[in-house]
Amino acid sequence: MKKRNPWLQTLFWVIISFLTLFPIYWLFVISVKPAVDLFSTPDIILRGAYWQNYVDVWTDRTLRGYMLNSLIISSGNALLCTTLGFFACYALTRFNLGGKESIFFWTITNRMAPPAVFLLPLFLLMTQVYRIGDFTLLDTRFGMIMVYCTFNLPFAIWTLRPTLDGIPRELDEAAYVDGASSWKVISEVVFPLCRPGLAVTLILTWVFAWNEYLLAATLTNFNARTLTTGLSEYVTTTGTEWGIMAAISVFTLIPALIVFTMVQRHIVAGLTFGAVKG
Amino acid sequence: MRSNRLGWWLLSPTLLVLFLFGAVPFFYVLWLAFHQWNPFATNPDIIYNGAENFRRLVFDTAFLNSLGVTVAFVVFAVLTELVIGYMLARAFMRDFPGKAIFRTIHTLPLIMAPIIVGSIWKLMTTPSIGIIPHLLDEWFGYDLNIGQSALAAFTITVIMDVWHWTPLVTLTLIAALVSLPADPFEQAQIDGANKRQIFWHITLPMIAPAVVATVFIRLMDALRTVDEVLMLTGGGPGSATRYLGVHIFKEVFPKTNYGYGSAISVIVLYLTIVVCWLLYVGMLAPRNKK
Repeated sequence: MKKRNPWLQTLFWVIISFLTLFPIYWLFVISVKPAVDLFSTPDIILRGAYWQNYVDVWTDRTLRGYMLNSLIISSGNALLCTTLGFFACYALTRFNLGGKESIFFWTITNRMAPPAVFLLPLFLLMTQVYRIGDFTLLDTRFGMIMVYCTFNLPFAIWTLRPTLDGIPRELDEAAYVDGASSWKVISEVVFPLCRPGLAVTLILTWVFAWNEYLLAATLTNFNARTLTTGLSEYVTTTGTEWGIMAAISVFTLIPALIVFTMVQRHIVAGLTFGAVKG
Repeated sequence: MRSNRLGWWLLSPTLLVLFLFGAVPFFYVLWLAFHQWNPFATNPDIIYNGAENFRRLVFDTAFLNSLGVTVAFVVFAVLTELVIGYMLARAFMRDFPGKAIFRTIHTLPLIMAPIIVGSIWKLMTTPSIGIIPHLLDEWFGYDLNIGQSALAAFTITVIMDVWHWTPLVTLTLIAALVSLPADPFEQAQIDGANKRQIFWHITLPMIAPAVVATVFIRLMDALRTVDEVLMLTGGGPGSATRYLGVHIFKEVFPKTNYGYGSAISVIVLYLTIVVCWLLYVGMLAPRNKK
């Protein structure tokens, strides 16, 4: 193949990166503008920052509560989905269970449903049927942790499958021959080999739960409201508080960005269920 | 062989959770789909009305329109993502200064919350404050108004989706291209094949499974898009961007038409599963068994 000038390619990627980053940059620009400046001529270059929107968001106790809810719900859900997904996937890849391909596909159909499909039934079930004593699941952190399993648990199973398929069965068989218990085989042979896959699954399910909006908007009121839902409270019929909205968006973005850069290299296998090796 | 009982025990918590939060709600929707129920109407009872909801669906122009715009949206968005994603993946195959940094930057939109992506594009395109209408007006004298022009609103939702998801396509295609063997390409060059021939006869067939896998993932997610569009256009103007997810949401909540909304949900879910199942069985399952 003919050689191209590497610096020309770098220039090409600078342009692509500009297109990718510009919307994020613009979000930041809006977040550091006082409301009165929004309607004057938009200026591409930032001149002076006005941090009041961030101070407002940070000192707002309600929003801080939402942030805590988001943290608890997404962490709880990611842990639960990764744990259950790991055991389920171990069972599906290691045992001769009847109809295992069908079970496999059935799990993912739960993720295919447009979220709006489940809004009403979950709302009704959570108020009427899924109660624990006097305690309904509606508007609770525990309820949201469970609800997010609908789309995150299938994802965890599908993401972990290539990892578990990749571990030779002979390895666990050998441990059994040596007299290890099932628990020992799982915890001391399979689990350590799965760690990279489990880390990716944990982080991606965490990001998905953190990013979810529609279900949280319908199934929570105040006690379990999440940060993404807080966002829409600033788009009202009487007008939108653009600056505050942008500042909340930036707050929501930061944790996802941090965890994402940690697994960036492994993300392909995770997002495509290992159908394409990264 | 160890007893399968342990296998079922390990699987049971997952099956239980998915049953309670996936299957039960689904059967509830299925049951409601055969009833008429609007709790805030003059007659708030749940009345069995057979297949009436489904019969109405076939002739409902609002639903058919929503189905049509959804298909258009998915086709335009996924095709554009494939083409741009492939070109970028090819560009990434070469070495150049700063490659690692550019790769990270390019993947950033992937992990952004759909609702935030919607907000960002709303900030950029809302007529009085947005930068895009402002620049278009200044440079070309073109008046972009996504609140009034159906075509503009549709285009912006497609561009938003392309911005959000092209990185995924790029990443998967890089992974596919990296794993290609070199021999067929060298052979083809010796035989004097030109670039286009190499692409159609060698590259494309060899990366086809990866392309199908990518389309499967993108299709599944594009069909269920709600938050982004709801935030950006709210389904408007008129019903230009009222994609199925948005349509169901609007039918179920503001209109509280629970029975009819459920019927739409059932059909949409059914269509999605059929399309994905065909793709999965036809192209992906044989590969996974290898």
